[in-house]
Amino acid sequence: MSDRSAFQEEMTKGFWKENPVFVQLLGLCPALAVTNSAINGLAMGGAVLFVLTGSSFLVSLLRNMIPKQVRITTFIVIIATFVTVVDFTLQAMAPTVHKELGAFIALIVVNCIILGRQEAFASRNPVRLAVSDALGMSIGFTFALFLLGSIREILGSGSWMGIELFGAGFEPWVIMILPPGGFLTLGVLLMLFAHWKKRQAAQAARLRKEAA
Amino acid sequence: MDSVKHAGPVRLIATLGLAGLFSGVVLVTVYLATLPIIQRNQAEALEAAIYRVLPGAVSRKAFAVRGDQLEEISDSAAMQVSEGVVYGAYDEAGNLVGFAIPAEGPGFQDTIRLIYGYDPRTKQITGMEVLESRETPGLGDKIMKDEEFLSNFKSLSVEPEVVVVKPGTKSQENEVDAISGATISSNAVVSIINRANQRYLEVLNRATGGTPGEGSGRGQSHE
Amino acid sequence: MSELVWILVAAAIINNFTLSYFLGLCPFFGVSKKIETAFRLGLANIFVMVITSVCAWALNTYVLPYAPYLRLMSFIVVIASTVQFVEMTIKKLSPALFRALGLYLPLITTNCAILGLALFQTNRGYGFFEGLFFAVGAGVGLTLALVLMAGIREETELAEIPDVVQGAALAFLIAGILSLAFMGFAGLFSSGA
Repeated sequence: MSDRSAFQEEMTKGFWKENPVFVQLLGLCPALAVTNSAINGLAMGGAVLFVLTGSSFLVSLLRNMIPKQVRITTFIVIIATFVTVVDFTLQAMAPTVHKELGAFIALIVVNCIILGRQEAFASRNPVRLAVSDALGMSIGFTFALFLLGSIREILGSGSWMGIELFGAGFEPWVIMILPPGGFLTLGVLLMLFAHWKKRQAAQAARLRKEAA
Repeated sequence: MDSVKHAGPVRLIATLGLAGLFSGVVLVTVYLATLPIIQRNQAEALEAAIYRVLPGAVSRKAFAVRGDQLEEISDSAAMQVSEGVVYGAYDEAGNLVGFAIPAEGPGFQDTIRLIYGYDPRTKQITGMEVLESRETPGLGDKIMKDEEFLSNFKSLSVEPEVVVVKPGTKSQENEVDAISGATISSNAVVSIINRANQRYLEVLNRATGGTPGEGSGRGQSHE
Repeated sequence: MSELVWILVAAAIINNFTLSYFLGLCPFFGVSKKIETAFRLGLANIFVMVITSVCAWALNTYVLPYAPYLRLMSFIVVIASTVQFVEMTIKKLSPALFRALGLYLPLITTNCAILGLALFQTNRGYGFFEGLFFAVGAGVGLTLALVLMAGIREETELAEIPDVVQGAALAFLIAGILSLAFMGFAGLFSSGA
């Protein structure tokens, strides 16, 4: 059924082909700022998932009622509401995580991914597709943050998800959990992805030549 | 979908108004629902910290520092104010153990919030705990966890003022060994304490001069 | 007075908004290919930051104590309105400048540096003048980072770079080295002073 495959397609494109961080290069501020540990990356991903899915749902639901001239403002009001809700809820339910993420929870409201998806997708598509798109992008975002956070935590603190990995003799590469480490990790990852894509393209070209 | 392409001004204002209304309702609800939980968390964390920096204390009272007077205030009033509040802590017999002084100031990266215990009879600091900091992980954030650094504050004289010295060279009672590799954070902590001392110590010393205990029975135990 | 200058210098160099706090990264990687554009965008940002700082201070002092849950909402509305206003003003005063900056102006709204400025200012309890100096310092730091990045990238356009590193990957590696360099300023500010 084309309906189901469209749903699936929307959901999976956010993970790999159109990954918001690695491919679209959006949402970079939190992607580097809160990925000093795997758990922080996961937490931020979770918060963004809530905000993005909730906003996409509402925007898509109301898309025929929001006049074009005020759409950006309305989107922002909706997004800011969800973000404030997440902020207070986290502060009440998980104060430690809230302290770790700090001002970046509030900064979700200017995360280009969210406003971008409302403008580009949610406001022009039915609710089911909008929600699946939101879920896909959020999961892709969380994956990216989790990957970045894990690498930086393992190299920079010698632990993963809070669990000590290497014992006392390990001298952590502290720069990895500092700002330069964030930039460098993402740069190296992008390099690896580009290399991998090049090899895939070369392989595909070779296969095509052999088939011809 | 075309019907909303060019809506009149009434439609625009109505949309924004409704959005604002919806937003307002949701926000107020969530705020009111989470406020008691948040306040309770903060109060618990603060209380635990007070008893850790003043060993032996089991109850406390909040005081506002007004001019050169100490004025007892309620816990909730104390949480509203961001500075000018100290906590008196008492042992089981109701005797004053010391004062817990919250203070804050700039660290290497963003603000450091801490609380320390002061015994006016011995003129010594009895303990220090960092409540909030964003110092460099692995280096500056040792001010929060490093046992050796924290033990500097267990019986630290405040006269004439607290001084930071190179790691391992502490020889006087008012000196603090810096954390090697985190000099700035160590300096920040001591600066914050010295500034708070300048502000509060005179009042505190005077308030307890001669009077052995401030306790009129046990401190606050509600909440 | 010296404390105010310290706030400015700290925000511009020691705790550079982009290279230390990870704010303002979208324009940093998106716009920074020409020094001219980068500089102009930086100036626009400084202007918006200063206005935002003053408005945030006013909101924090007079309005928000009664409704703390409206903080985020009011800040973002102020920022969006300021950017809209700046856009209209530039369009009227200098159509040439407007065309040059065109697409990038609305992006200032989603620039985390502006909102981040308002939030940091609130967290640190800055007064009117402290906030002002903080805003100018942050804006100058942002512009500095933008221009540095643009300058380096302009140079690399003529260099031979392996193609896996081209584009975004190279930008991040450059940013990492810049950030490392700026860490050297850490000892400049002794909080005991």
